[in-house]
Amino acid sequence: MLNNFLFVALPYAALSVFLVGTIFKYRSLKFQYSSLSSQFLEGNRLFWGVIPFHWGILVVFLGHLTAFLVPRGILAWNSRPLRLLILEMTGLAFALCVLVGLVLLLYRRLTNERLKVVTNRMDQVIEWLLLVQVVLGCWIAVGYRWGSSWFASDLSPYLWSIFRLDPQTTAVSAMPLVVKLHIIAAFLIVLVFPFTRLVHFLVAPFHYTWRPYQRVIWHWDRRTVRRPESSWNQHPPRNN
Amino acid sequence: MDIRSQVSMVFHLDKCLGCHTCSIACKNIWTDRKGAEYMWWNNVETKPGTGYPGKWEDQKIFKGGWIREDGKLKLRAAGKKKGLFNLFHNPNMPVIDDYYEPWTYKYLDLIQAPAADDQITARPISLITGKPMDIKSGPNWDDDLSGTPDYARNDPNLENVSPAEREAMFQLERMAFYYLPRMCNHCLNPACVASCPSGAIYKRGEDGVVLINQEVCRAWRMCVSACPYKKVYFNWNTGKSEKCILCYPRLESDQAPACMHSCVGRIRYLGVVLYDADKIHEAASSDENELVNNHLDCLLDPHDPQVIAAAKANGIADTTIAAAQKSPTYRFVKEWGLALPLHAEFRTLPMLFYVPPLLPVMASLAKVNHDERGENLNPVAKHWSDNWLYDTSTEELWGTIDQARFPLKYMANLFSAGDEGRIADALKKLMAVRIYRRFKTVGDVTEEKADAALADTGLTAEMAEAIYFMTSLPQMKDRIVIPPAHREHAIEMLENTGDAKGSIGFGTLNSPQRGN
Ligand code: HEM
Ligand code: SF4
Ligand code: SF4
Repeated sequence: MLNNFLFVALPYAALSVFLVGTIFKYRSLKFQYSSLSSQFLEGNRLFWGVIPFHWGILVVFLGHLTAFLVPRGILAWNSRPLRLLILEMTGLAFALCVLVGLVLLLYRRLTNERLKVVTNRMDQVIEWLLLVQVVLGCWIAVGYRWGSSWFASDLSPYLWSIFRLDPQTTAVSAMPLVVKLHIIAAFLIVLVFPFTRLVHFLVAPFHYTWRPYQRVIWHWDRRTVRRPESSWNQHPPRNN
Repeated sequence: MDIRSQVSMVFHLDKCLGCHTCSIACKNIWTDRKGAEYMWWNNVETKPGTGYPGKWEDQKIFKGGWIREDGKLKLRAAGKKKGLFNLFHNPNMPVIDDYYEPWTYKYLDLIQAPAADDQITARPISLITGKPMDIKSGPNWDDDLSGTPDYARNDPNLENVSPAEREAMFQLERMAFYYLPRMCNHCLNPACVASCPSGAIYKRGEDGVVLINQEVCRAWRMCVSACPYKKVYFNWNTGKSEKCILCYPRLESDQAPACMHSCVGRIRYLGVVLYDADKIHEAASSDENELVNNHLDCLLDPHDPQVIAAAKANGIADTTIAAAQKSPTYRFVKEWGLALPLHAEFRTLPMLFYVPPLLPVMASLAKVNHDERGENLNPVAKHWSDNWLYDTSTEELWGTIDQARFPLKYMANLFSAGDEGRIADALKKLMAVRIYRRFKTVGDVTEEKADAALADTGLTAEMAEAIYFMTSLPQMKDRIVIPPAHREHAIEMLENTGDAKGSIGFGTLNSPQRGN
């Protein structure tokens, strides 16, 4: 019963809220899609927190993504103990970066007078949640060296089963408590995602790499708007 | 040839009285909001001085603008590689203390404090934290050379001015200054646009106004450091960048921008110029000594039939072309060669031009006059003499320019990318017009001398009259020539600016509420 709630109901609730929430926010409250940078109010301590945090979390996130998408690749890599160790150590190193960064960020937010003004409840909720999640992650990495293989062999199928709308919880139910907590916290993060600044991750500006540097926008197609033969019911282009 | 039109400005610095009315007009309309208290989209600084934010001109600090490296044009510290790599923490970002911490006073204490032995005061309260604070600096802290050791002497433009010249500038009896009003230049090659990873900043094709779409800005805050003029400001409350919008809602309804409308000295001119967008890249990548030339070369003659035909083919309205033909900007910049871009070496091709100030430069003409009145002044006070303005007795009319109280080098660092000749030309023209008008009205200058002065600077009597008119007598309609916003377009523009064109946070459908 509890398992069903935590590993079936919660994931579906979280994913639905995530989808509806982020899309609604993007369409109707686009103004709120922002990284809400606080560098303008405090720039030095930010550096020591935000840099290790972000590089760490990007690598860790990519690691999880790979294990989810190509579990066989991970299993093949892990088939030699040395390589398993390398993978686990790398993961742990970046996770520790995240941990250190996050602690510094949280400490900075809670102690700086100016930052208190721009820190709302959700900023704190999400950073505490991330902190719990990272601590659990590090714990698994230290306590269960074969965690990455588990993810690939057991958790990836579980996640896939959720996306196939045919949830299989047997494998998850057999996991140690820490792993269970890690999964639950993950879905909690997904759940609150749309209501936090994490939405900035969804709009990371990769398109900058292929767009020309300058942007000029015309309200109408300038060459046709004044031509008598072009029709009047033309709509202005949507530029943004 | 890809002809476009641009609303472009000229500020006549000799006329600026440093009253800050423009700044207040702008603040009252646009930046009187939480998170924007510290912003002055328009500000007036005293030169020499460090300006706002402090030392903004020194690109070694905030690393704005473009540079040419191996013949290629590059953003100094932003762009696709450096910008994306530094997305998590912008190493060149100015912070609030580089501007000043905004504050108010606890005025209520003055009337509500209980009776006590000591004097009641209204303590300063930070507008950010709401807590009592010590004021360290504020808007125009360096006004009129106050705090000279901290401000004027640290002016980045003094870099290659010799120590002797510097000392001369700051001798108490010889101190001179002028005002430099600044706003966004609505550049042709804007560094802010190029540095924005989200593509939230754009230039409007129709009139060249540079705007930030508030709904697309994600606070990656690259524009703040990339604008070499520090004219993009970060709103710490909404988490979005903001900048001068050239009062586009006013322009679209045929009203002068607030700062220009309110300008007491009437120093501000606004008009359309036609330019060739195909030349932008080349002009911005020119050699240092060609920069100003090539920049001005982008601007085209609106009377040239070829230009008119090409403009029409590009969809520029006849009314816009007509406005370009009456544009005071075109006349000041191209016809008369009086107005120059500020810091062309930043390579953004600014579209706000300045007529360099003659008065503080020429004030050195005064010979200390030991007459009776002069003797009665204490030794530190300035000795005024009645003929201080122009010493027309010298045979060498221009000799005085080189002995100017402000080293020409200093002026050239600001307005002509270091080219002293160009500044001298503009100043000589201004002087020639004055000599000519003196001949006309006072009559103590001979006609030959006036004609010689004009001929020397390549002006004709007609031009001198036109310059005189545009400087001293123009009405609002002469100074500000706004191209009609075609009503059929204007309706569309006003209908839902945010939806179709992007917006700056005013008149968007959603309230600019901070995300969570
Ligand atoms: C490529 C992707 C990402 C980019 C470009 C990015 C960028 C940024 C930026 C610019 C800030 C503001 C820093 C400042 O105050 O100036 C920020 C803050 C933050 N980001 Fe990201 N981020 C990314 C991915 C993520 C991910 C995956 C997470 C977590 C799951 C995350 C969590 C956070 C948090 C919690 C903060 C607030 C830090 C604080 O000020 O306390 N970011 N991010
Ligand atoms: S002056 Fe204005 S247009 Fe030019 S780079 Fe700065 S903000 Fe952009
Ligand atoms: S044009 Fe308008 S927005 Fe820009 S500085 Fe002047 S008053 Fe401010």
